[in-house]
Amino acid sequence: MVNQEFALMAHLMRRAGFGAPFEELEARTAKGYEATVEELLQPDKQPDMERDIMMRYKTEWVSQAGLEGQQEEWTYQMINSKRPLQEKIALFWHGILVTGHAKCEYPRQQQLELNMFRTVGMGNFRELLQALSKDPAMVFYLDNCMSHKDAINENWGRELLELFSLGVGMDGEQNYSEDDVKEAARAFTGWTVTNSIPRYPYGKYEASFIYDPSDHDEANKTFLGETGNFNGEDIVDIIVKQPGTARFVARHLYNFFVADEPQVPAWKDTPPRDIEAIKMLEEEYFRSNYDISSMLRVLFNSNFFKNSRFEKVKSPTETVVGTMRLVGDYTTPKLGLNALTLNIRYMGQDLLNPPTVEGWHTGKEWIDSGTLVERINFTADQVGNTDLPGVKNIIERFNSEGSTISHEQFISGCLEMLGAYELTPETHSQLMEMAQSEGEVKTGTPEFETRVGQMLQSIVATTEYLFA
Amino acid sequence: MTVNKKDPVLAVLQLSGGNDALNTLIPYNDPLYIDNRPNVRVPQDSVLPLNDQVGLNPAMAPLKKLYDDGKVAVIQGIGYPSPSRSHFRSMDIWHTCEPDKVGDEGWLGRAIRDLDPNKENVLTAVNFGRGLPRALAAPGVPVASVGDLETYGVLTGIDNDTQRAKALDVFSRVYSPMIGKGPVVDYLAQTGLDALKGADILSSAVENYSSTIEYGGDVVGQYMMNMAQTHLAGFGTKILYTTAPYNSFDTHAGELANHTKLWTETSRAISDFYDDLKEHNASDNVVLLVFSEFGRRVHDNGSGTDHGSGGVTFVIGDSVKGGLYGEYPSLEENKLLEGDLHFNNDFRSLYSSLLEDWMDLDAKPIVNGSFEKMALL
Repeated sequence: MVNQEFALMAHLMRRAGFGAPFEELEARTAKGYEATVEELLQPDKQPDMERDIMMRYKTEWVSQAGLEGQQEEWTYQMINSKRPLQEKIALFWHGILVTGHAKCEYPRQQQLELNMFRTVGMGNFRELLQALSKDPAMVFYLDNCMSHKDAINENWGRELLELFSLGVGMDGEQNYSEDDVKEAARAFTGWTVTNSIPRYPYGKYEASFIYDPSDHDEANKTFLGETGNFNGEDIVDIIVKQPGTARFVARHLYNFFVADEPQVPAWKDTPPRDIEAIKMLEEEYFRSNYDISSMLRVLFNSNFFKNSRFEKVKSPTETVVGTMRLVGDYTTPKLGLNALTLNIRYMGQDLLNPPTVEGWHTGKEWIDSGTLVERINFTADQVGNTDLPGVKNIIERFNSEGSTISHEQFISGCLEMLGAYELTPETHSQLMEMAQSEGEVKTGTPEFETRVGQMLQSIVATTEYLFA
Repeated sequence: MTVNKKDPVLAVLQLSGGNDALNTLIPYNDPLYIDNRPNVRVPQDSVLPLNDQVGLNPAMAPLKKLYDDGKVAVIQGIGYPSPSRSHFRSMDIWHTCEPDKVGDEGWLGRAIRDLDPNKENVLTAVNFGRGLPRALAAPGVPVASVGDLETYGVLTGIDNDTQRAKALDVFSRVYSPMIGKGPVVDYLAQTGLDALKGADILSSAVENYSSTIEYGGDVVGQYMMNMAQTHLAGFGTKILYTTAPYNSFDTHAGELANHTKLWTETSRAISDFYDDLKEHNASDNVVLLVFSEFGRRVHDNGSGTDHGSGGVTFVIGDSVKGGLYGEYPSLEENKLLEGDLHFNNDFRSLYSSLLEDWMDLDAKPIVNGSFEKMALL
């Protein structure tokens, strides 16, 4: 029988991180669920990446990586970080508080933004929005540097409200008006960046935020019903108090960590999948004074989270990073990391370069016939490689269970060691038929290694395995 | 005018990185060309003249032959208003026909939806290359995306044929009964079965193919061969798409050597593709579009050229009225746009011609507006 505590730990690690090999899951299960949640929520207590070693392999990571190089660095970090939730949170905010390479064309600047997500992304949402408003990649991406007191550019003001905080509306009602967009834009005039664009002859360098009081609109503004000579900070302070913002943060956390919701543009009119869960998170948002970590603690310890196993389609990043953590490869930034990273793009998620300011459409929209083939073939190639340490460990574990194991032991053992996956009875019986057709399962032989690889390949090719 | 009973097919070759229009279609008698290209210039006497003003890069002899046969429409000065000099953004604009806001639906994705509204053929559109270009992407529109036609399929990493056959058998049997388990799983299972079916059908394209044409060993040559193989196999594919390797046309440095190599391979691939179809009596219902996201800076930078605007596009096929279209943009300094060629043909005009006069679709909703068509078909 499946050990429920182990299965729950596998679930937690898939969602709050990128999954883990079975030995790690066993160790964490022994330590306890709540203790693991606390560990994940306190990344600073875990060692950071060994940057000196990374830079020795990849000198371009020091300051000047192109898009693919920056994607590589992040992927490597997601595979190897001892602070998986910190990386997961960076991925979470990157998909919501979007900047894109298509416009920024300086991946290093986006990398600095990711660092900001790592440091403030699990803290206070007010501080996060303040930092975001001053983030050079964002100021440039949404044209706030083009917004002037005598000619506002509404781009940042609009997306701040629509996509980064309030959302268009909730429960069928609008959350803000067109006037609020304009007033927010006025309040952010003068918020700009140092010029970062001279490409030649020295290459690009990092931009920094500057406030230009001479270009700031000092007249009164009326924003969401409040009137005053607001500056950008005041706008953020007003935004975070709104029920719409609590709903927005709660629903995004739910969509990313718990279960797939409809795509974001539908949220105004489509009620949340689990309104009770959303209310719990909203309450914690206000109770904790907008603290993301507190919301996550409530979320991970809730029954709605524990009962949400396999309610999400894995993203391409989760697929590639999760597979690497499972098979134990790329523990150093060795050759081939670039090709490995490109698989995430081939599966439909070009990190740092989302298709639009809305980020990626998620859930089942990750899958089409092209990306599905990429996903299945990639995953099957990895788990079928019996030379990889994680796969070897699975084989060794079977070997330690006796010289012959039953077909049922074989299949359920593979499922458990992949992270306590569950199959429908139909799929299970197909795999059983396949296992039986190959006769008795004798461990400790070269043929057995092949059989394990083959069984793992068949499992990762199922629809069940597309979910996390 | 002959009645064409075969369904029209549109093939697309995307030249990523920004092809240098000025060294592709060369204004070889214009002194300003010589002035602006002190280092990165094709010598006047080696140009393949199309008329007194312009000629093709000497690496494009196979394309010149097709031009002489009247099969090539050359669209000069093509672009769009307020050009972006970012590869990604400009390519996005060509892909989505949304120059002012960011769009996420590709023009061909919309065309595929019109061509096969009930998704009756899993191979209505086939892309060759890894990852789907946004031109082909639209929600709910299935497109097969093939990294390598010879080895394309599900679970191709399993070397042993018997084992793979067994694994595929299990795959098809575990995906079928999932239909009927709710909308998400239904969709995923159907997609899996479509992928398997598409791969199965496509595998016969290579098996049944024979030709006297030997394509070059470069990536573009191989993918153009794959496009020919797929067309010749008669799967009912109406859109074929491929992309030259990522940003290969981005010739900031060492342009003369690199650009020559690129066009030697590319024009050979184009001509091999055409000859291959011709040899199989299958060229009459195919039109090939060759485009890039922008042209390059008029003045060279010493060894290459930087990002510019105003490009050149080719449309090739039996049904194409060969010749030069539009005007060559002026190289005079006061007529340049921040040092770049000014476009005078909107790419959406070209798309509208291809969609309406070739594919028999309503172009307006696909290209987001009405654009004057070019009489090239």
